[in-house]
Formats: sequence, C-alpha cells, structure tokens
Amino acid sequence: MSFINRLGGKRKSAQSAKERLQLVLTHDRTDMTPAELEALKDELIEVISRHIEIEPDSVQIDIAREGRSQRLVADIPLKAKTRQRNR
Amino acid sequence: MSAQIVTITSGKGGVGKTTAIASLGIALASRGQKVVCIDGDIGLRNLDVIMGLENRIVYDIVDVVEGRCRLRQAMIRDKRMPELFLIPAAQTRDKTALSPSDMLRLGDELREVCDWVLIDSPAGIERGFKNSIAPADRVLVLTNPEISAVRDADRVIGILESEEKGSPSLILNRVNSEMVKRQEMLSPEDVLDLLAIDLIGVVPEDQGVLVAANRGMPIALEENSKAGQAFRNIAARLMGEDIPFMDLDSSDGLWKRISKLTGRS
Repeated sequence: MSFINRLGGKRKSAQSAKERLQLVLTHDRTDMTPAELEALKDELIEVISRHIEIEPDSVQIDIAREGRSQRLVADIPLKAKTRQRNR
Repeated sequence: MSAQIVTITSGKGGVGKTTAIASLGIALASRGQKVVCIDGDIGLRNLDVIMGLENRIVYDIVDVVEGRCRLRQAMIRDKRMPELFLIPAAQTRDKTALSPSDMLRLGDELREVCDWVLIDSPAGIERGFKNSIAPADRVLVLTNPEISAVRDADRVIGILESEEKGSPSLILNRVNSEMVKRQEMLSPEDVLDLLAIDLIGVVPEDQGVLVAANRGMPIALEENSKAGQAFRNIAARLMGEDIPFMDLDSSDGLWKRISKLTGRS
C-alpha cells in the first residue's frame, strides 16, 4: 500500500497535517487572512510603483516563521530599465 | 514553605489535562512533596473521579472563596498519598463564581502550606482558563498530535505570551509511535517545530490510562505503564532533574532524535 502511495506520489497524512498547520498557524498568529495579505501586497505594489518601476507579477510577499516570531518578507524585483538607468 | 504553582492548559478539551494533573500529583507526592491539586473546571468537575476521591467531597473551591469553609476543610486528602490533596471544583455553579483575583489570593494562601499547587484548567480561553493561569508561576501546555489540538495549543501559547506569563512548556500526550513511524501522525519533532516552545514530556498512547481512570487510580501509580513512567519523568523534570526522554521504540530511534532536538541525552 505504502509502495503504491509512493509511486502515485500520495503524501503521508502527517506531512499534510504539518503543511496545513504551518499555514493556519501563520494566519492565526498574525490575525491576518490570506485575502488580507493579498490586499496588503496590492497596496505595497501600488505605493512602491509610485517611486520606482517594478515587476508587479513577480512580487512575493510571505510571512516567514522563526521560532514563535514571524516576519513579513517581501521580494520585489525591479524592472530591467530601472537598473540600466542607474548604471 | 513556598509552593510552585503549575497550571496545565490546552485550549482544546479532551486531550488529557485532568489525567496529567492527577498523575503529576501522585508522582510528586511519591517523591515526598506536599501537593495540592485544584480542579479549575467549575460546573464540570472531573479531577475528583480521576483521582478516585469523588465520595469524599464536602466543600469545594467556591465554598473556600466565598468563606463557607476554611481552606483546610476543602482540601481532600488522597487515599494513597498522605501528602497529596484535592480541592474540587463546584459542580452547581459556573465559571463566574470565581475571578482571577480570587485565584491569586487562594494561590498565595496555598503557597504557605505545600510544595506544589497543580491547577487543572478547563478547556477554552475564557473565564475558567483566565482564572486557572492567574496564580501560575509556570504553565504547561498539553496537546495531542492532532491537527485541531495543535492549533488550539498554539492559540493558548500566544495568549500566555501576550499576558506575559512567560514561555510555557509542552507536554505532548497520546503519541502512537507506530503511527508516527508510518508517518500517519505528527511526530514530536513536527509538533515542536510548529509550536516552538520547550518540551517537558512526551507521553505515549496507552490503553491503561482509560482502565486506570475507570478505577480512579491515576496512571502514574502503575509501575509498568509507559504513560505512567512518562508522567513520573515529567514530575522529576519539574523538580529540576535532567531526565532523558524515554526510548519508547528503540527500532526507529525516534526518541533519541527528540533527545537530541531538546538537548537532553
């Protein structure tokens, strides 16, 4: 049975539980829903775009865990044109 | 005497707080400590039946707080351990019969007469929980490796941190090492990684716990029970001893890995 599961790529339930909990705890601890995080991301893109050209589709905003503390991690790639102008 | 006040809480109900309190009480008392266990679940009294003392109740915690009896009169002596006492919950009242400041006063009074006060918190995060953690010097959060229990434990840990109760320690209860080995149950390492607090004990799932509860004999009294041993170990750790985590399943080295993880060997 477990051999078939592995062939089919079906994950063990403990792994599912852990991954689901990681997500749920992140939102419980910050009191922020995934939708609110998405809204924050849109606003950030809007504000930053007023000052500098970015790649809005590649922006990544995540909440990272370190022990019991959490941090907001934003990865915001700039447009190539902007970098050229700086040279 | 200046007792340490330890509260066990969990968020979710039915994960084994009462079993843990009864067994830690027995284990500490058998080490020569004077222990008072308090049932903090007003209206849903249970610690008395788990300890097998239900027929001896005359006064309860609300009687003490409302001045209908002296503290000593509400302390029921255990049948087996002369230095172990139970203060039962009131059965016909609700949580509002007590306040956190009542519990602080009671805690201060008890500090003078014993070595340990163990408080069995009700499930939830409302009044009964607030009452139970108010006088605590130390809080132990108990959970199962179940997704809902772990989530609730995390919530309770967050509340304890925001109330500046210090970082609680974790008791992971009802671990089935066979299921962990098959990766169908969160492992102690998984739960520790998620909750990110100190571990004070891992208790294996043990059918003997229900049998012991049927008889009103806390599982820590059973010499050969692994769960009983796990609770005796937690009692020793509460007393400051560096006890290694049990090797429950030598074939997969799970418990050795936990030992490594927590810096105990």
